[in-house]
Amino acid sequence: MAAVTAEALEGGFARPVFQTQAVFRVLMAALAEPARPLPLPVEAAPPAPLPPGLGAVALTLLDPDTPVWLDPALAASQPVRAWLAFHTGAPVAAEPMDAAFALVVDPLRLPPLAAFAQGTAEYPDRSTTLVIAVDRFDTDPSAPLLTGPGFEAPRRFRALPERAGFQDQWAANRALFPRGVDVVFVAGGLVAGLPRSTRLAPTE
Amino acid sequence: MMDVDVNEAGLPRVVVSDPAAGFTPLSNSPPQGGRGPVGGLGEGGSETADLDGALSPLEGESGSGGEPPREGALGAVLDDDATLPTYSFAYLDEQTKRMIRRAILKGIAIPGYQVPFASREMPMPYGWGTGGVQVTAAVIGPDDVLKVIDQGADDTTNAVAIRGFFQKTAGVATTTRTGEATVIQTRHRIPERTLEAHQILVYQVPIPEPLRYLEPRETETRKLHGLEEYGLMHVKLYEDIARHGHIATTFAYPVKVEGRYIMDPSPTPKFDNPKMHRSKALQLFGAGREKRIYAVPPHTDVVSLDFEDHPFRIQSFSQPCALCAAEGVYLDEVILDDRGGRMFVCSDTDHCEERRAAGHRGALSGEAL
Repeated sequence: MAAVTAEALEGGFARPVFQTQAVFRVLMAALAEPARPLPLPVEAAPPAPLPPGLGAVALTLLDPDTPVWLDPALAASQPVRAWLAFHTGAPVAAEPMDAAFALVVDPLRLPPLAAFAQGTAEYPDRSTTLVIAVDRFDTDPSAPLLTGPGFEAPRRFRALPERAGFQDQWAANRALFPRGVDVVFVAGGLVAGLPRSTRLAPTE
Repeated sequence: MMDVDVNEAGLPRVVVSDPAAGFTPLSNSPPQGGRGPVGGLGEGGSETADLDGALSPLEGESGSGGEPPREGALGAVLDDDATLPTYSFAYLDEQTKRMIRRAILKGIAIPGYQVPFASREMPMPYGWGTGGVQVTAAVIGPDDVLKVIDQGADDTTNAVAIRGFFQKTAGVATTTRTGEATVIQTRHRIPERTLEAHQILVYQVPIPEPLRYLEPRETETRKLHGLEEYGLMHVKLYEDIARHGHIATTFAYPVKVEGRYIMDPSPTPKFDNPKMHRSKALQLFGAGREKRIYAVPPHTDVVSLDFEDHPFRIQSFSQPCALCAAEGVYLDEVILDDRGGRMFVCSDTDHCEERRAAGHRGALSGEAL
């Protein structure tokens, strides 16, 4: 066990009760109206390579009850592990299948969605929620058209480049409904939710 | 030491010799240093603090004289919210709120599915809305405006008590006006005014499992939901028709959410079921005793079960509201005397008040109203 450094102790929320509530409300809105980028109050300062947005989500949702899986880039960072351990107390899951949450900063090397906990038919909530840092959100006409609960009308949204092959994986994830994973994308100070209920809109 | 005194208005007034021993209602208004005699500061030898505020916590006023509430170690890092309680803001501790928040997010991701959660003991009995209160406590923030209704009314015991609870524990603003509220906790009605996108409707749910009276075992109902095996529910509605000639279920009328889960909409009158369908507002359901949370996101299909030859119908009323003449709203029967006299008035008191303020008059409203 490495010594605890000052870096691990700093960068949390100064006013956690109100800041976690504010972040939660944005996350709730993001999942209730999927694929709609919303401003995320980012006031956490975790050590690199953990982006502040992911840090804010982690401070809001993680605690000793939630095993967290870190992607290799994060898992390799001792300061990140120490920061998460100090501020959230969440145990690190060795396998994606055992994780309640997954923090991902290198989405191009994301394991298949099927590698994460999918829940069971009787308890579909026992699944992993992935929190993925991306560069930006595309809502232009080339982005896939999405629909489902929370959509007044279909919306165009893409968070990962085509070559990540996310679209096919997402269709497979949706086919498992009500099992499957939920995703929260964070791009800088924006967040967008992709709950398992969201599906590709039929193209005419 | 505490004495009870009677002031000019004939109301008892508590006089406490040590302000710290009295209960201080929490508030988001700044401390009012000039209000009431200041305790223990040696002004004219007065050793009393006026704690009128403690007797009227619904006013949300700070009544402890010159003592700024909650000045402590945490106060040092707070600035604009310095008067808000931090530890156990809105009663629940942070760990509990996180657990409930995670359950809410799962519920939203799987519309209509009942997420188990570690329901806490609340300072009120089961059946008084402990589930709804926990959900509200987990979502509410200092900027929210809370409305609580009990059978449509803002002024009944359950509504008044829960509103007071959150004024005390979270210092939030409260309202009776549907249009002004950001969070509305409800026991069995959906307001008549169409809800907006920024509003959250929190239901207090007694029995979250729509199949419970048909199949008492949780292990079995879980399986039925997992397999989407809902024939039992249709048999129940069919038996209604066989026995009564029509579907006799009038409240807690089962709905199918987004074509997948059958959900109990809580014991709202079936009159309110159509309001859930593709509502702009997020709907959250909390069942405290049964330890379940579920949700319906905005713009989500919520369809009441029926048969082709026995389509779903809501209640209709032969007369308008006796006070505001509203039609197409849900009415309560009010007994007027012991000779069979009665009137029908809006169940949604805020809706009725707003209509009367706008000049609508019903048959029994009289001119004085």
